[in-house]
Amino acid sequence: MADLAETVTERVAVPRTITRSRGFGVRSAGDRIFNLSTLALALVILALLFGLTLQLFTHALPSIRAFGFRFLISTDWDPSNDVYGAAPFIYGTAVSSFLALLIAVPLALGVALCLSEMAPAWLGRKLGFLVELLAAIPSVVYGLWGVFVLGPWLRDHVDPILAKYLGFLPFFQGPHISVSMFTAAVVLAIMVLPYISAVCTDVFRVVPQTQREAAFALGATKWEMVRMAVLPFGISGVIGAVILGLGRALGETIAVAMVIGNRPEISASLFMPSTTLASVIANEFVEATSDLNLAALVELGLILLVLGLILNIAARTLVYSATQRHFHKDKR
Amino acid sequence: MKVSPAQRRHDSYRKIKSNLMVGLTIGATVVALIPLFFVLGYLLSKGAASVNWDFFTKMPVPVGQVGGGMANAIVGTFELVGLATLMGVPIGVGAGVYLAENRGSQLAQVIRFAADVMMGIPTIVVGIFVYGIFVKPFYGFSTLSGAIALAIIMIPLVTRTAEEMILLVPQEMREAALALGVPSWRTTISVVVRTAISGIATGVILAVARVAGETAPLLFTAFGNRFWSTSLFQPISSLTVQVYTYAISPFADWQRQAWAGALVLTAIVLAMELGVRWMTRGSARVAR
Amino acid sequence: MLDKVVVKHLRAFFNKNEALHDVSLNFAENRVTAIIGPSGCGKSTLVRCINRMHEVVPGATCTGEVMLDGEDIYAPSVDPVQVRRRIGMVFQKPTPFPTMSIEDNVAAGLKLNGINLARADRDRLVEQSLRRSALWEEVKDRLGRPGASLSGGQQQRLCVARALAVEPEVLLMDEPCSALDPISTARIEELLLELKESYTIIIVTHNMQQAGRCSDYTAFMYAGDLIEFGETRQIFTTPARRETEDYITGRFG
Repeated sequence: MADLAETVTERVAVPRTITRSRGFGVRSAGDRIFNLSTLALALVILALLFGLTLQLFTHALPSIRAFGFRFLISTDWDPSNDVYGAAPFIYGTAVSSFLALLIAVPLALGVALCLSEMAPAWLGRKLGFLVELLAAIPSVVYGLWGVFVLGPWLRDHVDPILAKYLGFLPFFQGPHISVSMFTAAVVLAIMVLPYISAVCTDVFRVVPQTQREAAFALGATKWEMVRMAVLPFGISGVIGAVILGLGRALGETIAVAMVIGNRPEISASLFMPSTTLASVIANEFVEATSDLNLAALVELGLILLVLGLILNIAARTLVYSATQRHFHKDKR
Repeated sequence: MKVSPAQRRHDSYRKIKSNLMVGLTIGATVVALIPLFFVLGYLLSKGAASVNWDFFTKMPVPVGQVGGGMANAIVGTFELVGLATLMGVPIGVGAGVYLAENRGSQLAQVIRFAADVMMGIPTIVVGIFVYGIFVKPFYGFSTLSGAIALAIIMIPLVTRTAEEMILLVPQEMREAALALGVPSWRTTISVVVRTAISGIATGVILAVARVAGETAPLLFTAFGNRFWSTSLFQPISSLTVQVYTYAISPFADWQRQAWAGALVLTAIVLAMELGVRWMTRGSARVAR
Repeated sequence: MLDKVVVKHLRAFFNKNEALHDVSLNFAENRVTAIIGPSGCGKSTLVRCINRMHEVVPGATCTGEVMLDGEDIYAPSVDPVQVRRRIGMVFQKPTPFPTMSIEDNVAAGLKLNGINLARADRDRLVEQSLRRSALWEEVKDRLGRPGASLSGGQQQRLCVARALAVEPEVLLMDEPCSALDPISTARIEELLLELKESYTIIIVTHNMQQAGRCSDYTAFMYAGDLIEFGETRQIFTTPARRETEDYITGRFG
């Protein structure tokens, strides 16, 4: 054993001295360079975020200066006369998103409860995977399907029923058109559901098993256990998930652009074509007739950006606190 | 303790109610999954017939004519996504390393927050941004600008995945390398990142799948091209934009091809998603 | 007989908490010195200060001197990386690098420092290190297999081989057997007797019998202070301090 030692030790050029020849500080040059490089790359993210916001703001400035606050409430969108108002788009975005959530949230809650509480673990994982596939389908594919399949089907089979039973409401009156607010809301609901349900499932899964067992020990039925042990824990997370879904619905562009009809007017009927902030940008940006037109479109984008940022921040704060709280609670 | 008839009735009412609610949640799951099958089903039934050799090899024909294919769109998508990955992944992984190595620092928390926030920006806004800084002042619609837009979308996704995967590497591994006299930066690259690399790779693939399906950011950056794009500074076609253009057109043949394009696009994206799920079966949760 | 490592007035801190209070200690060359004491007494902190691993933890600092062959390793001009090449460490939990094979693991200390040996030299080094850690016979046919495919005891011996491959002069062992079964523990203890011919060994252990069996000198620590230090035989048969005696006889810890 000893003879091997000498031969190799000679060749192994491991330095014997511990003092460095130059430089101060504990960290070597290599460390400093590495840290600076990663810092630079990380700062790119900050630069992008700030740059994006700043850039949109500057390019929207002509429109902001021309129209001021009136922009937000004016319904005049008239490129030929260079007059612009955002109200139809804000209305369309708000209503389509709200409706989409109205449909998607109860379903998503049901799905999340089913996956986390009702189904056995292996089935829950498989079903959860299928639900996530819904999120993987590209937006343009949903749009395509919406235009040629869902829209006509809703017009022919669902709209008449709604008109028949709920026709006293202005929402369900008027002609039935396949490209409409209603179709857009349904497509949005389908697209947004997997995100809401995924977050809710995570939130419910974090609830400690001891809570569930305590409920059962008191003689609760399955549903009562959910109501007592799971839902109260998850409420802020669920709200966060809903807000996240709202943020997604706001920003959804292509599928909505394809099925909403792109009519820059506000009407009460859900069966009529409408428009949203994102879809009008998609449709008109390239054909902008003047600088003011472009600026107005950018201002619409700015509104979208600000809304998206606020909602995203709110959502993540809620979800983060919901999923973190339980770990701390259980530490004794 | 004797149970009164009223109590027993109430108990069975509770049981029925519980079963009803369970049934509702199952029903909700079924309803939620119905569109999945319908979308995939229609894609296959309407698109499969048109996915033929012509589709993959021919170029689009002039408006109104029948025939042609989406060869340039398919190549375009690969080019755009490939270029975006080349730009976005190094930045994303580097940023992820920084965030993982400097967990406590204030700056790191701000950057992490910024990355999270960026993930919620509507992608059309990213398109507007790139239009403003690159397309308008410089080269007009171009492959490069489209790739930049996609890269911007990818970066926060890759960053968060990289950070999470690196944090999963146990501290002992790091210390073992340091104790061997390996400098800190080398430890990070050759031991920590190397251990986390497969997790990071799956995150990258998911990010790629995500941007491959994006249309909005390409509308006014890459724009579209009926022909082959011969330089990075020329507009380029992509599957997503092509499907969009064809779908909203009044031409039946274009609509037929739109279905084919949508089928191919979905197949590519789902293949990546499924591939990642299969690769990570049994291991730690993949970062969302 | 010389002192290889001399610790002088070492105080160690985690942020504001003082974990070691003015410890001074000599470690003899080519001998095994055991450090014993109850949990939290600072024995791990002490050895981690010896190879400058203590400062790796954010907020951890120390003052005092640690002399290696008469040179203070905490002098401002000293590169901790170089210190760690002369003072190696084996941790409580075996940590073979999961992405590397057995032979790559052994050679990791060199490879990761950019020292690329010729194939033949590398193989010789790997064999030598594995023989030194008594693992060669068990793995010589599967050097290409992943490091993580070994059992716990084998992994720990792999870590010893890895530490030895960089030719350190001192080997620190922080409770190396606490995660192992009795048989693997016995193998490692046998190893100590062989290794001390070439290396200075400092072993932290919460197992007093192990200290009694394997070490030449023993230091007893309690709550950040060095209570007593001396030849193992003396410490275990006629301890000078009452605290030492209480610990040895199992009254606490």
